[in-house]
Amino acid sequence: MRATVLVRPKAGILDPQGQAVESSLQHLGFAVDEARVGRLVDLEIDAADAADARAQIERMCEQLLANPLIESYEIELAEDA
Amino acid sequence: MTVAPDLRPRIAVVVFPGSNDDRDAQLALELLGAEAVRVWHTEGELPIGTAGVVLPGGFSYGDYLRCGAIARFSPVMGAVAAFAGDGGLVLGICNGFQILTEAGLLPGTLRPNESLSFVCRDVAVRVERHDLPFTSRCRAGATLTIPVKHGEGCWFANGELLAELEVSGGIVLRYAAGENPNGAVGDVAGVANAGGNVFGLMPHPEHAVDPLLGSTDGALVLGSLVDAARLSSAVPV
Repeated sequence: MRATVLVRPKAGILDPQGQAVESSLQHLGFAVDEARVGRLVDLEIDAADAADARAQIERMCEQLLANPLIESYEIELAEDA
Repeated sequence: MTVAPDLRPRIAVVVFPGSNDDRDAQLALELLGAEAVRVWHTEGELPIGTAGVVLPGGFSYGDYLRCGAIARFSPVMGAVAAFAGDGGLVLGICNGFQILTEAGLLPGTLRPNESLSFVCRDVAVRVERHDLPFTSRCRAGATLTIPVKHGEGCWFANGELLAELEVSGGIVLRYAAGENPNGAVGDVAGVANAGGNVFGLMPHPEHAVDPLLGSTDGALVLGSLVDAARLSSAVPV
């Protein structure tokens, strides 16, 4: 089953990378008020069903993919399984 | 208890793929009277008689994902965690500090510098705790000059955790006024666990032990560790 994990800096956490991107976009003339930069992880996993996949990925996020102190995560499962 | 002053306590310096300060750490510890042994990260156990562990600086596993996030799964880290759990002395320098926070052995986390620039210079740090095995050679409130060199040294904890550490004495080193090189909250440069036997710092004491390179203040930190390791090796098991 294919899945995508989106890892983001939590709201309120300073994101210097996002700020640099924001200011570069503004330099290019884009009317950008805020940019935040996170991370995307595409996964191909063995799972019995969507619930199993989600449970597995939750554990991956807690143990490795995200740092709960500063990052939030979102799991997207591919429709075609 | 009598401790032979010439006893060279065994201190393990763990080497991960991408560590690059392990030889400097070994050299500095040897200079300060330890028997420093480099231990490859695939080892499941620490050498017999290990009285202290140093996780050195570098870029373990290329800093992939987050600094220290992969290294903490190295086989040797199980032994390091068990050693720390038994009260063993563990020091993490820079990348070693990052690994210890990722492993949950130290509070907080280390983020990209607020400036997004790699910083490499001497900084002044104030000793907030001089009663730990890592700072016993320091005077109370002393200011040490030790170099930093990192891109992700911005220590972060939320307000609640920071307040808790301020009260419990977990903050060991703080950048002096105007010296914070990375935007760390509370100007924190080094923290210890509740037991005081695990300590991590961003500055590199191993690069400040020889007058040829400027400051020798790093010897106060590493020398304290050697003293404490010598004492603990003298305890009959």
